[in-house]
Formats: sequence, C-alpha cells, structure tokens
Amino acid sequence: MTAGRETPLLARYAEGLFWMARYLERVENLARLIDVTQTFEAAGREDESWFALVRINADEEEFARRGEAASAEAIKRFYLLDATNPTSIPASLNAARYIARTLRPLISTEMWMQLNVFHRDMTSIDPISLAGDRLSRLCWRLKEGVQAHTGITEGTFFRDQGWLFYQLGRLIERADQTTRLLDIRYHLLVPAAGREERRVAELAQWGAVLRAAAGYHAFRRVAPPGFTPRDVVAFLLTDPDFPRSVRLCVEQVEWLLGQLRGRYGLRAAVRPLERIEELRAALLSRPADRIVADGLHQFLDAMQRDLILLASEIGTAFFRDWRPLAQMQEQRQTA
Amino acid sequence: MQPAPADPFRDYNPGPYFCELTRARPGDGDAAETLRRRIGMIGLDALRARAVAAETELVNLGITFTVYSEASAIDRILPFDCIPRVITAAEWRRLEAGVQQRVAALNEFLHDIYHRALIVKNGVIPGELVFGNANFRPEMIDFPVRFGTYVHICGIDIVRDGAGEFLVLEDNARTPSGVSYVVENRHLMSRSFPDLMAGLRLRPVDDYGRRLLHAMTEIAPQGVDDPQVVLLSPGIYNSAYFEHVFLAREMGVPLVEGADLVVEDERVFMRTTAGRRAVHTIYRRIGDDFLDPTVFRPDSLLGVPGLIGAWRRGNVALANVVGTGVADDKAVYAYMPRIIRYYLGEDAILANVQTHICREADGLACTLANLEQLVVKPVGESGGYGITIGPRATRAQIEAARAALLADPANWISQPVVSLSVGPTLTESGIRPRHLDLRPFAVTGRETWVLPGGLTRVALKEGSLVVNSSQGGGSKDSWVLEEPLP
Repeated sequence: MTAGRETPLLARYAEGLFWMARYLERVENLARLIDVTQTFEAAGREDESWFALVRINADEEEFARRGEAASAEAIKRFYLLDATNPTSIPASLNAARYIARTLRPLISTEMWMQLNVFHRDMTSIDPISLAGDRLSRLCWRLKEGVQAHTGITEGTFFRDQGWLFYQLGRLIERADQTTRLLDIRYHLLVPAAGREERRVAELAQWGAVLRAAAGYHAFRRVAPPGFTPRDVVAFLLTDPDFPRSVRLCVEQVEWLLGQLRGRYGLRAAVRPLERIEELRAALLSRPADRIVADGLHQFLDAMQRDLILLASEIGTAFFRDWRPLAQMQEQRQTA
Repeated sequence: MQPAPADPFRDYNPGPYFCELTRARPGDGDAAETLRRRIGMIGLDALRARAVAAETELVNLGITFTVYSEASAIDRILPFDCIPRVITAAEWRRLEAGVQQRVAALNEFLHDIYHRALIVKNGVIPGELVFGNANFRPEMIDFPVRFGTYVHICGIDIVRDGAGEFLVLEDNARTPSGVSYVVENRHLMSRSFPDLMAGLRLRPVDDYGRRLLHAMTEIAPQGVDDPQVVLLSPGIYNSAYFEHVFLAREMGVPLVEGADLVVEDERVFMRTTAGRRAVHTIYRRIGDDFLDPTVFRPDSLLGVPGLIGAWRRGNVALANVVGTGVADDKAVYAYMPRIIRYYLGEDAILANVQTHICREADGLACTLANLEQLVVKPVGESGGYGITIGPRATRAQIEAARAALLADPANWISQPVVSLSVGPTLTESGIRPRHLDLRPFAVTGRETWVLPGGLTRVALKEGSLVVNSSQGGGSKDSWVLEEPLP
C-alpha cells in the first residue's frame, strides 16, 4: 500500500462532494420514477397511481401539509415545481447548487458552469411542461442534465480523495433509489381480473420498472427464458454487472472505502467497511424467491435503513471533525 | 455584397477629457489605432451581439458579485465593456514605480506607528489621526512582522486628469478586491474578441496567483519548511465570494471558512478528512473586527476563536496584517506625499488629488466656502457611499453635506472634482466616452510585485464619475503594452 500525495481535503469539502452527488443522483432517479409513474398511470385511477410516488418517497406527511387533494396534478407539482418540498427536484437542485458554490474552489469550472445553467433552467419550469406528453420530455431533460453533469465530472474532476467522496455519495444514493424503484411495484395497482391477465399486467409493470432503471435490455440479455417477476427483483438487487443494481453499488462503495483507507491512510474507513459487510450479507444470503416470499417491501425497507446507517457511519468517520453543517441534508434521512 | 459598417467612432467625442484610446501617446507602437480600426471593422451591431454573448458567459460561469438589498440577495455580474483600455509601456513604467513607492511608504509608516511612532513625534502627522483612528490596533504595537511587510496585498485607486496626469485617489490596504476581474476579463476578451487582440504584444496577467502564493509562502512563520497556506473567506454569502474562489484556485490552496479552522495550543489547524492539519499562512478576506471573537467583536461568527493568540505567538501569519486600516484612511491619505518624503526621501511619483482635511480649521473653512465646487467624502467609508459631488449636487444635497460637515468635521475630507479620463465605451447610443479609473494590485512578501495593468472600472452612466460596482460601474480589460521592440 502506497501513501497518496499529501493533498489534504477539508472535511467540509468531502461532505459537500458527498451530498452534491447524492442530490444530483436523486434528481435523476426522481425523474425516472416520475417517468415510470406516468407510464403506469392506470386509466381512470390516475390519482391513485401518482400517490404511489408519494408513498415510496415516504412523503405522505409532507404532502398532507400542503392541504391539497392528492390529485395527479398536485403530486406532479409537489415533485417538479415545489421547492419547499425537500424531496422535490427543485429542492434537490437548489441544494446541489448551493453546495456546488461552496465547492467552487475544488470542482472544475465546467462542472460548475453546467450545474449553474442546469439549475437555472430546471428551477424555472413552466407548469405547462407538466401536462400530457411534455412530462416525459421534461423527465428526459432532467435525466440528461444529470448525465451531462456526471460525464463532465468523469472527464474533468481531479481524482484525489474528493472524487472518492463524490462517488460514495452518488452510489449510496443510487442504491437507495433502486430499492425505492423496486418498491413501487408494492404500491401499485394490479387489475384484479383473471390469473393470466394479472400475470401479463404484472410483467408489463416490471418491464416498465426495468425501463425506468435503464435496465430493460440488459435484463433481457441475462434473463432466463420464461422469466418471472422474481428474476427482475434478483436482477435489480444482486446482478453483479448492472450499474444500478444494489449489489454493484454496494461493492463499489466498498472499493471506494478501501481506497480511502489504503491510498489515503484514512483509518476511519474501517467502521463503514464493517457496515458494508452486513449489507452484503443481507443482500446475498437469500435467493430472490425467498426475499419475495418473505416480503419484498419489508426487505427493501430494511435495506434503506442499512444504507442510512452506512451514510451516517461515513459522516462520523470523515466529516465528524467538521461542525454539523446541514440540517437540510438530514431532512430526507430522518423522513 | 454587404456594405462595410459605418465607423462607430464617427460621432465619438471625448470633449475636454483625456481619452485613454484616441489621444495620441508616444511609443504605443500604433496599438491604440489598430484597436480602434479593428473595432470599426467589426461594426456596432456585431460588437453589441458579441458583447451580449460575453456577458451571458459571465452569468453562466457565475462570475458574479452579490448585491444585498433589504429583502433579497441578487447575483450580478460586473458589467463588462468590451472596448479595452490601453496603457502604454511608458505609462506603465511610471505607474508601476509609483505603486511600488507608495506600498513601500505605507509599510514603513505602519512599521513606524506600531513601534516608535517617530513620524508623529517629528510632527509630520497629527498623533490623533493615527492613535485616535478606529483602525489603529494597539495589539500591533511592537509586534514583529516579517520583512516589515504589513500590507501584502494592496490596491491603489488611480485616476487621470484632463492633462493626462496620473493621480492617486485612494489606497486600499485592508482587503482590496477586484483582481479576479482583471484576470477573468482578459480570459473573456481572448475568448470573445480574439480578433481585437491578435498580434498585439500585451503584458500577461496570469501570473497573479503564483506571485501571491509565493509571497504567502515567504511570510509564513520562520522554520516551517513547506507552509500550508489557506484563504479565509466569510463564505458564499459574501459579495466577493467569487473572488475568494478565484484566488484560492489560482494559488491552489484551500478556501476555508472560520468553522474549518480550530486553534489548539496557540496553533491553527484546519479540519480535514484525516483529522487536523497545521495551517501557517492565512490570506484572510475578513475584516480585522471579525477575525477572532475572543479578541475583537464577540458576536462574530465568521472568525476563529483564538486566532489572534496563535498569531501573536508567531505560529501563523496573517495577510494583510491586522491594523493596516489606519494607513488607507482617507484622512491619512492627505498626508501621503509627506509620508513618502519622510520615509523614502523622495517625492511621490504619483501625486495625490489635492485634499482638504476638514478636521483642520483651514481645510474646513475652505471646504464650506466652496462646497459647490468640491467632492466631499467621509473618511471611513468605501464603495463610493456618502459622497457629495458639489457641481452635480442639488441645493438640498449641498445643505445636507454642510450639516454633516459641521456636525463632525473630522469625519470628512474634500477634493476638487477631477476631470477623470474617459475611454470609448459601448452604450445604447453607440460608442461614447465614459469615465474610468484604474486599480493596480501590488503583492508584497520580501519584495513588491505589481500586476501589469489592474482593474479598470468604468462609470457606465453618462457623465457619472462614480465607478464603484455597487453604484452602476462596470469594468474593462486593461491592456499594458510590452516595451517597444528595439
């Protein structure tokens, strides 16, 4: 193990990078969720379909505070226009840009510039963009904006420990979001007609979940013929190669923590690494059928709690020396 | 074929003012004329379109400062005028020497007043102006400062009168800002108007960060091999935050906020992912009052408790040193020609604007008798606030100024209106003369280095003499021509 160059990283910067990446990953995933909700929208029961989104984000209370009926329109506004909703896209973008401003000495000019412009465009969305077929285009623009950020970051951001913290935030958020995407099935309505009809409808929904995760084609390549829903679950949870699978995210997190410990001599990485062990054991000790049979929703809930613990362990290990900065960053975690 | 655009300089008339572009100056190697011709070839419409694009780029890059009104904070760009100001090699030689001389005198003065105060004892400057000054820091008395450098970063505001004479308007010896715009304006010019610059031999401005870091390294406490330099900023809500980012990046050092630093056993550390790490030089962009709540303002959340103690122990260097504000006070300014002569035995290379000191009976009487002709300025303010320009003021404004003067004469100085030089500036009605000033920046560790050129600020309003960014000022790229080839 060789020690890296002596480039100290302010704990505040490390925390900022971690959270900037999380917020942006969240924007991309929320756009994916909205897109898939739109696709799932059960004719005649649109409002119920959209309320699934509120439930998987555990936003029932926050939404109720608005005092509005849970209509499809109100929920779209809640996530796409309402900056006072801490889990909304404008709130996440505000937070990401705010943090990016504090990180300007560190991040590349191109990263800052793209984010600055993206933030401006997407926090002034015209309500008309939420209607009809425009919504899907809006989601596409949101995804593309984050992907542009990701690409610029990949190509311009210096690869010292700051990069590792940035990746940690991104991957933990991604793992969390994949569990939420999977959970959407739990909250969704399935036509109660005949068995075959039900099976087909379910498969269509799983297909849409895969598409939202950009995993549809990859899944088809590796799925057995005559695949069932549990193959989809297994794919999104434990596929070793799919970039949004919880397993791959967790393994990359483990690698990143290992780098912090080995290359940069940050011994505090040990505790979060122990958490990773537990996460991996929970993820891989049971086959997907068992997980589904025992209750997927409960499993995903537990997984989300483990990820929160992991994040807070990372906070304690590396940001602890920095006075607590961001109440706003905890809102989601404690929600 | 399109007709050639009409010459946008056709109606340009600088009137009685010295024009920084069209006035013929020896030894400019035809550069000014070349620039004028090139602007003419681009034409007004294209020039406007490109200027708009350039300003959009500044917005997107977030090269902004923040303006606070009662309820809101708005990010603004410093308006950018695309027609550069040209400084000849000969002019620059004089300016550079004048700035170096001035910085040397400021440092001698500070060293003296914080040690034996001979200048007061010898009756060159009233003791009251020095020791009664709100910016005089008793903590500094007999405190050793490396190389005798108190003012490491200095910005000197210079104007030019109708005869083309350079005059110093003001010294900024605390935390002068604006240097980031000097460099960013040049970058913007090379991206947006490469055709204006092509082939001209200009002094580069890119060296600032390296020079600054070098000086910060020089002034670190003795015995530290590889000093850790940081830039201390009040944070993203400060109006000059972009500049702090710029400077930290150009030096390649962390931009820290007060909460990133901690003092233990009279040593300063920053909080990193690997725990605490020693800090040796702090370029602070926080006023003296806010540096250390245990010594100065107890309500300051921006500073670092214990910082002054660590500094007094010699464990950390501060730039600029605490207590430099006494030297850039507008009342002390009036004595600068005498201060220069006293310490350096030379006449000032750059003259002052004639100044009446209202704390003195003569100065007050003269000011009160000529309010309509004079500019009246409060001694402690910056940013162009509180100024009354006699010839432009209404009856009521004159009387308000008179009342303020009589209430507290010592708070005021007055100066004749200087016919500030102008530069051709792109306006809604075409290319028109607008008044300019220049703020060169000097960096001093062991020695003084002056960034070629400086920040040219331009009063965008017709006839306005106030160039401050908070009051409708913009900026221009400042071109210093290389010495002519032999």
